[in-house]
Amino acid sequence: MVETADQLFVILQHWLVGHAPASLRSILSVLLPVIAILVVFGLLFAITTILERKGLGRIQNRYGPNRTGPFGVLQPIADAIKSLTKEDVVPQAADKIVHFLAPVVLVLAAFSIYAVMPVGRNMVLANLDAGVLYFFAVSSVMELTIFMAGWSSRNKYSLLGAMRAIAQMISYEVPLILASITVIMAAGSMSTVTIVEKQAGFTGILPHWFVFTPWGFAGFILFMIAATAESNRSPFDLPEGESEIIAGYYIEYSGFKFALFFLGEYLGMFAISGLGITLFLGGWSAPLSFLTWLPSYLWFFAKLLAMIVVFIWIRGTLPRMRTDQLMNFAWKFMLPMTLLNLVTAGVWRFLPGGLLRWLVCSFLVVVPYVLLGRGLMQGWKLEKRVYRFAE
Amino acid sequence: MLGEGIAKGLVETARNFFGSYFTKDRLTTVQYPEERLPQFEAARNFPFLVYDGGDWQAGLRCVGCQICEKECPPKCIYIEKSKDKKPDAVGKLQFYPAVFNIDVSVCMSCQICVEVCPFEAIKMDTEFELSTDDRFGGLLWDKAQLAKSNEHYRKIHPTEAAEVDARLAEEKAKVDAKVKAAAENKTTPTSPGAVQPGSGASSTQ
Repeated sequence: MVETADQLFVILQHWLVGHAPASLRSILSVLLPVIAILVVFGLLFAITTILERKGLGRIQNRYGPNRTGPFGVLQPIADAIKSLTKEDVVPQAADKIVHFLAPVVLVLAAFSIYAVMPVGRNMVLANLDAGVLYFFAVSSVMELTIFMAGWSSRNKYSLLGAMRAIAQMISYEVPLILASITVIMAAGSMSTVTIVEKQAGFTGILPHWFVFTPWGFAGFILFMIAATAESNRSPFDLPEGESEIIAGYYIEYSGFKFALFFLGEYLGMFAISGLGITLFLGGWSAPLSFLTWLPSYLWFFAKLLAMIVVFIWIRGTLPRMRTDQLMNFAWKFMLPMTLLNLVTAGVWRFLPGGLLRWLVCSFLVVVPYVLLGRGLMQGWKLEKRVYRFAE
Repeated sequence: MLGEGIAKGLVETARNFFGSYFTKDRLTTVQYPEERLPQFEAARNFPFLVYDGGDWQAGLRCVGCQICEKECPPKCIYIEKSKDKKPDAVGKLQFYPAVFNIDVSVCMSCQICVEVCPFEAIKMDTEFELSTDDRFGGLLWDKAQLAKSNEHYRKIHPTEAAEVDARLAEEKAKVDAKVKAAAENKTTPTSPGAVQPGSGASSTQ
């Protein structure tokens, strides 16, 4: 019974494919998961927009949207209708083809990331041997589309936004990949499915997730910081920067193309959260050994929602960084920390298990953190700002 | 230590998030169409024409002098002065505005028309929900829509209306006294008419 619930969608897929004519079977067995991904993550996008607006509202002591339907739950539908019926304005000086292609390619790339995402036991579209590599390759296409959008719009602000986005994403891709390499080292595989399986066991009731090791914990935090920057979310939302460059690279987009950008951005966020879950939080495996009776896909989506909540929480808390702070943080803190974390992961691998290993590795994580943090904050004191000309 | 401030901030926002569900005082938003804040007494949005008594056509204080039309910075007032004279609320013969239109979409709520009016005939209303789905006709208000009773004025701006009423009563008393004095001196019957321009001038102060 538990097994059936866990494999429900896999069984359903096999059943549907089995009833199809023989010539269609191979296409259908690929098409069904693709449709499932499109529907599930599309819906998740809708849920997240309302969650985010409600959550941010509550954080700012407001109600958030509460007019459309009970408690405003139908707001995403209203938004969708609005963006679909809006006029699609293309600037006269824009490079029309690239301007059109940018949101399309962004959403395509964002959706193709989910091909390697194990959302449940046996529930992955493509178990690639180089799954993690594929993930990073496709997510760099998303960077390209952002530059396409910024460049083709022929607008100062969009170009500024695109330049900021490129600078930020390239800087933060380095710590992002370095943070995930520790997991690849520990799991000995780049396949996302294998990485999850490596974390599926339990000691007592506690799972073998990589986040419960010193290097894994540090790696997870570093990964999530870099992921926030990669998905252009606050406090790393300089490319959009509503208050400075209006909307950055998608300033010249309206109507459904704007909605596509929004969709692509959120899909990127889900994807990178999904990768974080796969790498550090045990993918679809249950957090405690006596909870394994719940279906694996439920655990994956519960974790994904938890990550989304954290993203929203962070967005509601932190103000936008300055460009120099952003770059300093990437190169002076994130990069050394991730490099040291690689060493820590290696030390963890070769030391015999026990208290000593924990002590040494925790030391290797905490001491550089404190020292680097102190170095970063040197000469950094809060005081009343003095304006030279404005007073 | 690095990250300390972030942790504090996260705690603060979490407190806001959960607190907003338990403490209603935290929520500063007023759910506008259902509940609304009381308006300030000095609130103003759009002018209206004051009339005395029960009949708006007879009681309109406006005499069609067109000062407000000339002074209006965005030129949103349009007045056509009448050819004939009609008795006003006190029975005096006066000109009246044959047409008095104000364009809601042009008015900028500056209150200059109120300040220049020598007859206390135009005042600012606090009504602000003036939207309509008719862009042109619906936003051009004519005399009938603009006319509102003095009671309405007393209700929305009590202090100001009391001052205005007192001033008008004082002027009326002055005029009455003059008429009385003139009657006692047994001057020619045309003298009450001669007093009228004087009363108009005194009210401009």
